[in-house]
Order: sequence, then structure tokens, then C-alpha cells
Amino acid sequence: MSHTFTLDGKTIPFEDGQTIIQAASKAGVFIPHLCYHPEFKPHGSCKLCTVKVNGRQTASCTMRASAGMVVENNTEELNAERRALTQMLFVEGNHFCPSCETSGNCQLQATAYHLGMMSPHYDHFFPSRPVDASHPEVLLDFNRCILCSLCVRASRDVDGKNVFALSGRGIKTHLIVNARSGNLADTNFTLKDKAAQVCPVGVILVKRNGFAVPIGERRYDNVPIGDSLETATEGR
Amino acid sequence: MNAPVKKKLKVATTSLAGCFGCHMSFLDIDERLFTLLEHIEFDRSPLTDIKEVHPECDIGIIEGGLCNAENVHVLRDFRKNCKILIAIGACAINGGLPAQRNHLPLSAILEEVYHTSPGLSNGLIPNDPELPLPLNQVHPLHEVVKIDYFIPGCPPSGDAIWKVLTDLLAGREPELGHGLMHYD
Amino acid sequence: MALSEMHAEAVAGIVDRVATRYKRDPVNMLQILREVQEACDWLPPEAIDRLQTVLGVPRTKIEGVAGFYSFLYTEPRGKYRILFSDNIIDRMAGSQPLIERLCENLWIEPGKTSEDGLVSVDVTSCTGMCDQGPALLVNNRAITRLTATRIDEIAELVRNKTPLSEWPADFFKVEDHVRMADIMLGSTMQPGDGLRAARERTPSDGYMASNMRSWREGLPSGISGPSAMLDEIKRANLRGRGGAGFATGLKWEACRNAQMKPGQQRFVVCNADEGEPGTFKDRVLLTAHADLVFEGMTVAAYTIGARRGFLYLRGEYHYLLEPLNAILERRRKENMLGNDILGIPGADFEIEIHLGAGAYVCGEESALIESLEGKRGTPRNRPPFPVTNGYLDQPTIVNNVETFAAAALIALNGGDWYAAIGTKHSAGTKILSVSGDCERPGVYEYPFGVSIRQVLEDCGAKDTQAVQVSGPSGICVGVDEFDRTIGFEDIPTAGAFMMFDQTRDMFEVARNFVHFFQHESCGFCTPCRVGTSLLKNLMDKLHNGHGSPYDFAEIEKLNQLLQAMSHCGLGHTACNPVLDTIAKFRPAYDQRMEHDEFKPAFDLDRALSEARQMTRRDDPGAHITGHNVALGEEA
Ligand SMILES: Cc1cc2nc3c(=O)[nH]c(=O)nc-3n(C[C@H](O)[C@H](O)[C@H](O)COP(=O)(O)O)c2cc1C
Ligand code: SF4
Ligand code: SF4
Ligand code: SF4
Ligand code: FES
Repeated sequence: MSHTFTLDGKTIPFEDGQTIIQAASKAGVFIPHLCYHPEFKPHGSCKLCTVKVNGRQTASCTMRASAGMVVENNTEELNAERRALTQMLFVEGNHFCPSCETSGNCQLQATAYHLGMMSPHYDHFFPSRPVDASHPEVLLDFNRCILCSLCVRASRDVDGKNVFALSGRGIKTHLIVNARSGNLADTNFTLKDKAAQVCPVGVILVKRNGFAVPIGERRYDNVPIGDSLETATEGR
Repeated sequence: MNAPVKKKLKVATTSLAGCFGCHMSFLDIDERLFTLLEHIEFDRSPLTDIKEVHPECDIGIIEGGLCNAENVHVLRDFRKNCKILIAIGACAINGGLPAQRNHLPLSAILEEVYHTSPGLSNGLIPNDPELPLPLNQVHPLHEVVKIDYFIPGCPPSGDAIWKVLTDLLAGREPELGHGLMHYD
Repeated sequence: MALSEMHAEAVAGIVDRVATRYKRDPVNMLQILREVQEACDWLPPEAIDRLQTVLGVPRTKIEGVAGFYSFLYTEPRGKYRILFSDNIIDRMAGSQPLIERLCENLWIEPGKTSEDGLVSVDVTSCTGMCDQGPALLVNNRAITRLTATRIDEIAELVRNKTPLSEWPADFFKVEDHVRMADIMLGSTMQPGDGLRAARERTPSDGYMASNMRSWREGLPSGISGPSAMLDEIKRANLRGRGGAGFATGLKWEACRNAQMKPGQQRFVVCNADEGEPGTFKDRVLLTAHADLVFEGMTVAAYTIGARRGFLYLRGEYHYLLEPLNAILERRRKENMLGNDILGIPGADFEIEIHLGAGAYVCGEESALIESLEGKRGTPRNRPPFPVTNGYLDQPTIVNNVETFAAAALIALNGGDWYAAIGTKHSAGTKILSVSGDCERPGVYEYPFGVSIRQVLEDCGAKDTQAVQVSGPSGICVGVDEFDRTIGFEDIPTAGAFMMFDQTRDMFEVARNFVHFFQHESCGFCTPCRVGTSLLKNLMDKLHNGHGSPYDFAEIEKLNQLLQAMSHCGLGHTACNPVLDTIAKFRPAYDQRMEHDEFKPAFDLDRALSEARQMTRRDDPGAHITGHNVALGEEA
């Protein structure tokens, strides 16, 4: 039995246990994604990576590849739906890119560019989310959190610390830190933590480090997301 | 772009709760402005001295979001008179910097500005009927009227503006590729 | 000792007592939090401090769980926490004026806690009392048949700080309202009969070729009951009653055949979360026929080889906990639970009851399992499915209450007997929870294949405009479809049957359902978390008189997106009520398209209200007029 499936007509080899997105990136095909990161257990929550498998939509970061699958990825229909998801993420939080340190290096922004998002389309929620500046080295700006849980997974699975977690439910879901005060300063978080490096957007920010890279030289200024597989699959 | 000139398209522009940065960027299309002027003429705009949009205007380009009643009136006027409405720049598209006040109650802001903090106002909130009242929250344009096209950027580059306008003039769906598409 | 230290010490004492009873095992986190709250009225930070130590888990984990469930509070919510059921049926029965009355009576605002910390009044999703509403929960105890008088009495009791135990017993009376009984609601099966019959069964010539593995690996050879029992379930053509209609025999077989690692075991889980608005038949089964349900679970355990079972009971049915535990205790005494059940050596099975805490999504089987494991009720990524990787990653079957009751009957009477009832593809009977505009709301048991019209006639419904079958996630049936039938071949249902007569506004029905989904979305995936909120805002926009065809198109686009991209059934079905009512009751929507052009969702003139107040201006320039009519705020 052949160990391949087709992705937009292209034959993709895979190994047992690989997910569609893993096999695709290995083969050099980009599938948009936000909560997936090759180093962590897949989460399957942002749904940006949704593809059509034998006609049914499913998240490619959690779906295992199987022989003979027919997968659609880069179609106008899927990209339109993915664009709507990025728009949802933009209006759900407060994303003012011009005043965001991560602008140019941000995976959400780059993905929205990739999908041709010209406006957030929906009415903004303008939620009130105070920032946490308590920590000497790191600022948490929750206004941009997309609840991808990468920091949660990194802190739990790599750092063994559980500094971050999601609490609340539904539209009130939010990130919390492991301290009675609710302040990052009162946790055992450090800059060396893996969790300090994985945020795909501009929430976990190193202080006194902002706008260090000039416009034009930032991560996605010259190479759009998806053009180099390396940029496509790694965190910042 | 030297096709036989039919009727020139009328273009109106304005800045609401914006900083004129987008208009400056518009001028950044430099000498292409002359090419553009072969196809369009300006109606109400900071570039002309026309105060009201004429009915049957073809394209309205609006910078800035909605911060007060006056902004709303101008926007509605544009919508009423323009066939195509384009929101240009971050503020028009998502409220931008002015919208950073949205998580605070307006009353608290007015208190802070006119009562608490020292300076200007000798403790009175201006109530001159000539002054437009601020809205409870700053809104992007598309939340109040239908917007047909968006040119993101803070400000968008002259090239991006040029691209969208020429796409439209040529009857294409405007598209900004890599490098032109920017939210910052 | 300072007061705060005394407080902390007292709280720690409570936490220790509760945690010890739950073996200090974090897998019981939800149960522990629930019971600590019962003692403290909320979950104070001191309780979380102590839990951190006692359970040895990070605070983030505890707060993550506490923050997920509607009935757990990390802020004080009063000594008396009153929650009105907010299903459309309760509303039709007049719940809203009663909420206002109670709030006025107690001088509080809905959703807020009184200043003296005595009481809070709020709404919650359907509490499963639609046949005897309006209903409310006070500290998780159900009060039904609310009237203005009863509300005034409640206010009085609260003001006098009368302990709940001294409130009139009649308040808490919950009626069964069995209006039509068949094999299940009319069953006279004696406890143990089904099990004994299962034990005696021998495989019928390997019909369906089940393998011969017994109760659990290690049963004496020669006992062939389990595989024979599986054959009967398959022969009965039993399909799940929780909504999806999956073949029960296949599910049990898959679990029975699932590979296990050393030390693992199989589990039987009964889904009594019954969160679908308008559904209350599981409540009646657990009140009147709990033995049938437990017997069915034990038969299942016997069949698949499980030693532990759970009944996941929705928090709204807290009042059933004591009577159900008493029945379990009796069954233990009668050797129908415990070790060597009915004298079969090695046949061990225990059932524990876990309570939910106000989260509809926990009815979804994988979210339910997460919740059983003491976590946030987030649906898992599937595959793998629970039959191989369920509770604690071990093979687990999850079935609805009614499915287990049916299994008990099949154990006693056989698969052929069962398959002969109902229709070809829908064997057996179905219990409907009938509520809304009719004379006799209650539970009705019919063989599958009954027509909508028949049910309407039996319950005394008049001038019916629409029936919402299977709750908000089900389908809305209009007059010209009343000859359609209940069954997997036509209209499948989890049991809800809500009727709306000609005086009802079907748009408002759909809007109520959309609010429900928005409130219950677990927030895990983007399309449902944000999409249900956007949908709710759009429905409210129409309600508030700002609607235009533009919004209509937006709703349809959102429908598409939610169905295609959502992670679980909640998101997939969240648009159903809107889609159905648009298709079938278009005029109710057209009426809302008050404008031809796009209008903002908010009232522009009201958006100047704060500035007007601050400047004391009211001149024409201080208003925005013309386009936006000021209309009543959304309720
Ligand atoms: C959002 C959601 C809520 C659900 N709620 C319930 C419920 O309250 N009770 C139930 O039995 N099944 C519910 N289900 C279906 C369960 O996932 C599962 O299919 C069912 O319990 C299987 O039992 P059955 O095969 O006996 O029907 C729900 C599903 C979803 C997606
Ligand atoms: S996180 Fe990304 S999308 Fe959000 S404001 Fe920053 S750059 Fe923009
Ligand atoms: S802080 Fe960043 S990494 Fe963590 S959940 Fe939010 S967006 Fe994801
Ligand atoms: S569809 Fe809704 S309920 Fe289901 S996982 Fe997504 S957010 Fe949670
Ligand atoms: S990347 Fe697959 S769901 Fe987020």
C-alpha cells in the first residue's frame, strides 16, 4: 500500500502517525496555521489549518494522514473561510498593528496578509483587557491574545511550570497566570522559558526590546509567510 | 493609461478622526498624480476648496475613524453622494489610535481631561453648540455605513493607494500583494 | 488570630474534608470544587490556595476549571444564588416579568450581587423543567411552577434569611407528568431481572460473530452471557438516544474489542447531562425508572467487561443525587453492584455519580469525559474516539440515559422483541419531552414512526405554528410538515418537542436559541467562540430595529462558516435554528428588515448620550437624527 495522499493534486508522502500538516510542510507545501507548532502537541483550536479531506472539512494539524486521502488546501473557498477566521480574531481582541511591537514579525498579521485580508469586516468587540506589566523583564499585553495556547503548552510540557492556562468559557475565555495575585511577577516565569518564545502574536513581549528591528527588515517584511517553510512552521 | 478620455471620474476625499497621514501618502504617488488626473477630478477634498460632496460623485476616499457627531455627518454625506466608498488607513478601518480610548467610559475621559488634569479648561467641559459632541466609543467606518473597499496601512504607501485606484479604474477587484499589504 | 486567618483556617478545614473524601485525587477536581462551593457559597482564593497544596496541582489548573463552569464562582455571589431558567418556553410562561418582580422586591439588579452579600439573581440556560415552568434554581435546587405569589414568598424567605431546608417543600416538588407510557415508562421490570436474563443467555449460533471474551479477562470460562448479550443489542437494532443515533451494538463491540495496556480497564458512562433546551425525559427516567438505567449500565458493563461506571448528572438535577445514591446503595445490598454480582465470580461493577456544573457542552461525549477527569469541558480532537481512548485514555462507552434503559429491557426481553417495535430503521420507542403551547405538557413515549400531528393531538396543542424537534440544535418543523414522523429515517430527535402557536414570533424563538449557543460555546475554537457572538449580535441588531438585507447576508455567511469550521457539534448546529426559521418563517425576518440600506448595529443618537450628559447639551446639534430610530434596548 502506498504511503501517499494527494494535496491539491500533488502527491505527498507521509509516515505513519504524521498529521496532514506535518506531511505537507515536509513536502514544502504551506498550510496556514496559528495554533500549530511542530514542537508541541497539536491543539486544533484556531482552525486556520482547515482543509477538505475527501470533501469534508477538518483541521489538518490534528488529522492524521492516511493513504489515498484526497486533500484540498489552497482553494478560494477555504481561503475565504480562513480569511473570515482571521477577521474574527482581529475583532475579538484589540489589534492596532501600528502600535504593536510584534508588527512585521507577527504570525496572525502575516497570515492575514497571505489571505488578502483588507479589513476586519465585522464589528469590533473592543474588549477591555488590562496589560500585565508586573514582571521586570516581560510585558503581557492580553489585548492581542488569540488563545492559541502555545504558551500554555510550552510552559507545561517543556518548562514544566504551568505558568499559563486558559480560564473562562466561550467569548470570555482568557489567559491566566499561575499566581494568586494574577501577576506574572509572582510566578516563576523567566525569560529563558520556552513559553517566552512561542507566542505567535504580540502578547508576551520582552521589555526594553521593542521595535529593535527596523521596518523593512522584520521577519515577514521581505519573505511572506508560507514562502519559506521554515518561517511557516516555527514560532518567533 | 492614455486611453481616450471619456468622462473624468469624480473623486472626493476627507479626513475624519485621522491625522492626514493617509492624505500625505496619497500625495506620495508623486508624478503619477498627473496620470491619475487624466482620469479623475477632485470633488470635495482637502486638495480642493470644495466644501460639500456633489451628488453623483464616483469615488469617496475617507481617512480616519468616527470620533464625534460631525464625523458621522460627513461620512453619511459621502455615502449618500458617492457611488464607491473607500476606507483608507488603519483609523478608518479599525478605529486606530483614537479607538484606544474605547475601553474607558467617555465620561471618565472628559473628567480627566477637563477637570482632573491641570491646564487649559478651568474645569469646564466645553458645551458650545458649535462643537461636535464626541461619541461614546470610536468606530471604524464600516460599522456605520457600507464601505466598498479598504486600503489598509498606517498610512498605506503611495504605491498601495495607486494600486487600488488603478485596479478600480481598470475595473479589477483591488488587490494588494506582498509588500503593499500592510497594517502598520 | 486575625479574622482573615480564622477565615482561611476554616476554609482550609472545609477543603481538607472534601478533598479527603475524594481521595485527594485531582481527577475529582470538579466534584471537589463543587462541594467546597456548597460549603463556602463561592470559591474564595483561600480555598484555591489550600487546594493547590492538598491536590498538588498548579493554581492555573484549578482556576481554569473553576472559570469554565457557570455554577462555580470565584467571586462572591450571595448566600442565596437564584438563577432563572431562560429557555424560550420559560419566557413564554412568563419568566421575564417574574425576574423583574423578584429583583424589584429584593432591590437588586439582575446579574449583580446585593450589597449586603445576601442574594444574586441571574438567568441560566434551560433547567429542564419546561413542563412545569417558569422555573429557577436557588443554590442549585430546582423550584418549579413560579407565579407572582411564589416569587413574593421567595423574596420574603430570602430577606428573612430562612435556610433553604426550611423553605416550603412544595416549592421543590418536581412532577413526572408521564402522559403516555409504553415499554419503558410503563415497565414493571424488577431490579435484577435484566441482569439475570443476560447471565442466562447463550450465544445464538454466533449470530453477528461476536467474540467470546467475558465480563473481563479472567472470568471463569464457560460463561457466554456477555457475547450473547451483545448479539441481542445488535439484533435489537438499538441506536443511541442522545441525538446522534449511533448503533449501540457497534459502540459496545468496539469498546469490548479495544486493545488495553496493562493496568487499564474499561468504563461505562451514562450521559445524564440533558442540556439541550426543552429536554427533560432523562430527568423523568432517573426519577421514576432509575433502576432500569442502572441495570442497563450494569448490563453494558457485563457485556463489554467494565468494572467502573459513572453517571454524569447535570448540576441542574442536583436534587436527584440523594435518591439516586440511595438506589445505588440498595442495589449494592442486593448484590446487583459491587463484587461477584448476582453470584457470578469476578463480576465486579461500581457506579459513581458525578455532577456537572452548568455547561451544556459537557453533554458532548468527549467534553463529558474531560469533565469527568476534573478538567475544563473542552471537546477532544477525534479520532481517537472514546471507545478506545476515553476516560483516563482507556476504552469507554458513553450512552444516553434512555439508551441504557432500553438496553435493560432488551436484556430481559431479547433483541427480536425490541426490533419488532417501531419502524424498520428505528427500533423501539422514543420518549419525547413535550412543552410549550399545549394543554398537557410532559413526557410521552411512542413507538418510533409517530407523526408530529399525532403528538400535537395527544398533548392538546392548538393553532400550532411550529414545532422545534430535538431542541435548538434540532430542526424546526412548520405546519405543512406535520405529517412527518419521528425516527432516524425522517426526523431524529434527542427528545425535545417544543410547540409554538400562531401567536408566537419565530424570530424571537430563534434569537433565544442563538443566545443559548453563544452562552454555551466552550470558547475552544475560533469559529464558534467568535462566530456565535457575532451571530448573537446580528440577531440582536435585527431585534433592535437596525436590520437590513445586508445583515441577512451576513447571517447566512456565518451559518456556512460555523458549520464548516467548528470543532464540535455545538458549533456545527448553532445556526440550525436561524437557518430553519429563515427557510420556514421568512416573514418573521422580513419584518425585521426595516431598512434597505446598511445601518449600524448601535443607535447613533444614543452614542452621544454620555457627551450630552457631561455637557448638559440638548440642542439639535447634540443629536444625530434621521437614519436611526431610537428603539427599546435589547432585553
Ligand atoms: C454540544 C453537544 C451536547 C450534547 N448533549 C448531550 C446530552 O445532554 N445527553 C446525551 O445523551 N447526549 C448528548 N450529546 C451527544 C453525545 O455526544 C453522545 O453522542 C451521546 O451521549 C451518545 O449516546 P447515545 O449513543 O446513547 O446516544 C451532545 C452532543 C453535543 C455535540
Ligand atoms: S499581534 Fe499581530 S495582528 Fe495583533 S496588533 Fe500586533 S502585529 Fe497586529
Ligand atoms: S499569549 Fe500568545 S501564545 Fe499564549 S495563548 Fe495568547 S496568543 Fe497564544
Ligand atoms: S464548536 Fe464551540 S463548543 Fe465546540 S469546541 Fe468549538 S467553541 Fe467549543
Ligand atoms: S493550526 Fe490547526 S487548528 Fe490551529
